[in-house]
Amino acid sequence: MALIRIPAASQLTENTVTDERLFRKRRQFIKSGMAAGVGVSLSAYFPALALASVQGLSEKIAASPNTMKVDEEVNSFEDITTYNNFYELGLGKGDPVKNADKLKTDSWSVAVEGECAKPGNYTLEDILKPLDIEERIYRFRCVEAWSMVIPWNGFPLSALLNRFEPTGNAKYVAFETIYDKEDPLPGQKRKALDWPYREGLRMDEAMNPLTFMAVGLYGKIMPNQNGAPMRLVVPWKYGFKSIKSIVKIRFTEEEPETSWNLANAREYGFYSNVNPKVNHRRWSQARERRIGELFKRETLMFNGYEEEVAAMYAGMDLKEFY
Amino acid sequence: MHIKSPGINAIRWRYKPVLHLLLIMPTVYLLSFLFLGKLGANPVEVITHETGEWGLRILLLSLAVTPAARIFGAGWFVQFRRLIGLYCFFYILMHFSIYLLLDLSLDFGYLLDDIIDRKYITVGFGSFVILFLLAITSPIGIRRRMGQVWTRLHQLVYIAGVLGVLHFLWSTKADDTEPFVYGGILLLLIGYRAVRYLKKRVKSISTSRARPTSEFAKHFSARSESY
Ligand code: HEM
Repeated sequence: MALIRIPAASQLTENTVTDERLFRKRRQFIKSGMAAGVGVSLSAYFPALALASVQGLSEKIAASPNTMKVDEEVNSFEDITTYNNFYELGLGKGDPVKNADKLKTDSWSVAVEGECAKPGNYTLEDILKPLDIEERIYRFRCVEAWSMVIPWNGFPLSALLNRFEPTGNAKYVAFETIYDKEDPLPGQKRKALDWPYREGLRMDEAMNPLTFMAVGLYGKIMPNQNGAPMRLVVPWKYGFKSIKSIVKIRFTEEEPETSWNLANAREYGFYSNVNPKVNHRRWSQARERRIGELFKRETLMFNGYEEEVAAMYAGMDLKEFY
Repeated sequence: MHIKSPGINAIRWRYKPVLHLLLIMPTVYLLSFLFLGKLGANPVEVITHETGEWGLRILLLSLAVTPAARIFGAGWFVQFRRLIGLYCFFYILMHFSIYLLLDLSLDFGYLLDDIIDRKYITVGFGSFVILFLLAITSPIGIRRRMGQVWTRLHQLVYIAGVLGVLHFLWSTKADDTEPFVYGGILLLLIGYRAVRYLKKRVKSISTSRARPTSEFAKHFSARSESY
């Protein structure tokens, strides 16, 4: 299958200098961290250095050059790491940070299956060794009508997927989050969703230069509550598409099942592109509350990434394929 | 069981102030946490949820007053009902105002869209309208002037409760334990009254067979007492 490749975005920069605002935010975090005791222990911010086993990763993340940013204020490290939807670690927004240590990320591996030439079990080390880490500052828009701006560290998903040599039959790629029936995470003890959490992308979406696999944020190793050790970031789709703590990647010919679609097909479609004109039955998607702001702001088509992604959906009725 | 009234002065100067204090506590804690910056990254969301939940809790509390008065043989409990009901409206008014101001930026067009498009807002708004009507007709003078109509109008509080629980149920994404707990409590409170009402009906019908002339009077007294 010929992959549709979208030219790299004009916003991609070679800028290796940390954005000044971001720098200030970091300073601010360090200060507020010292002012201390927001009721959250530091170990939650710096989860057990889970990826320490992957040699030199934290240095690589810390030194990663910025390749993309948005002209908006970056959210604080504290906001990003204490306000999370990660049902595996609890349903409340504050639960994931409290239960962060329940997620064990040492000796992590990812099963690669389906329509590809190189299936198998890959350790995180295998996966990361040949890849360069970069920093990208993306908008992040939750279906619940709130949003943040987050500096991720990671690599384009395409760089990873190409190594598995997907075959011509690979029309979609499916992902799964960690789930051990015998030893479930705190939030997996109740059937809030049909575990394991599953997500998927069409192959061209997966190969789009914007689609990112993150192993860190704010220049640090990914905190557990944000989906350590490795999570997807698809900035033009609602947040739930950006699946966390990935243990399985499968290339398929058919559109894969996705968790929220299974739970409530009328409210959550497979595509779930950010679209202010297609209303969710529960939340108006026309506006959003940027975390840290009082009033809501207008939501942008494809979360502001229209130029980079709209061509993939040319001719599709986005009201039907929501 | 019979709990004796502590007397009008104690009710006014001791029991009611204590009740005020208890019912204002959630506001105090919300405001202090807000100013201490302890409501997390999205304080507006926390305040919306907390005021909604407290409104519903206090609504259920107000519905529990009459059954409690019967069970404990303490008719004087009923003197607290209006105060409790008004606190319910106070929290729901905050809940609604925050939504209107901070989520909708006071745009009534958005409000109309939401009322039409989102069924959890539709029922929430229905509940709000009822609670509003009950609140503005709560002064004693208005109550006297309205007579029987007032009693009828204020029976809508059960509908407000049902719509409030539905609103909660339909606003949840994955876990409906809490709305079902509130729904269960509401069902118990409504069931208590339904059973009493039916018992009275049955009694009044059977006694009216024996003495047909008094049927109307019996029936009427059963109706008005059942509230
Ligand atoms: C016009 C009227 C109302 C509006 C616009 C409104 C709006 C809202 C909104 C936006 C939410 C948050 C939903 C979410 O985050 O997904 C909410 C939740 C809630 N509301 Fe309302 N509401 C209204 C009336 C009421 C009334 C009358 C009651 C109770 C009697 C009530 C009780 C609740 C409760 C219990 C919650 C859930 C709180 C939680 O999740 O912890 N609301 N409402």
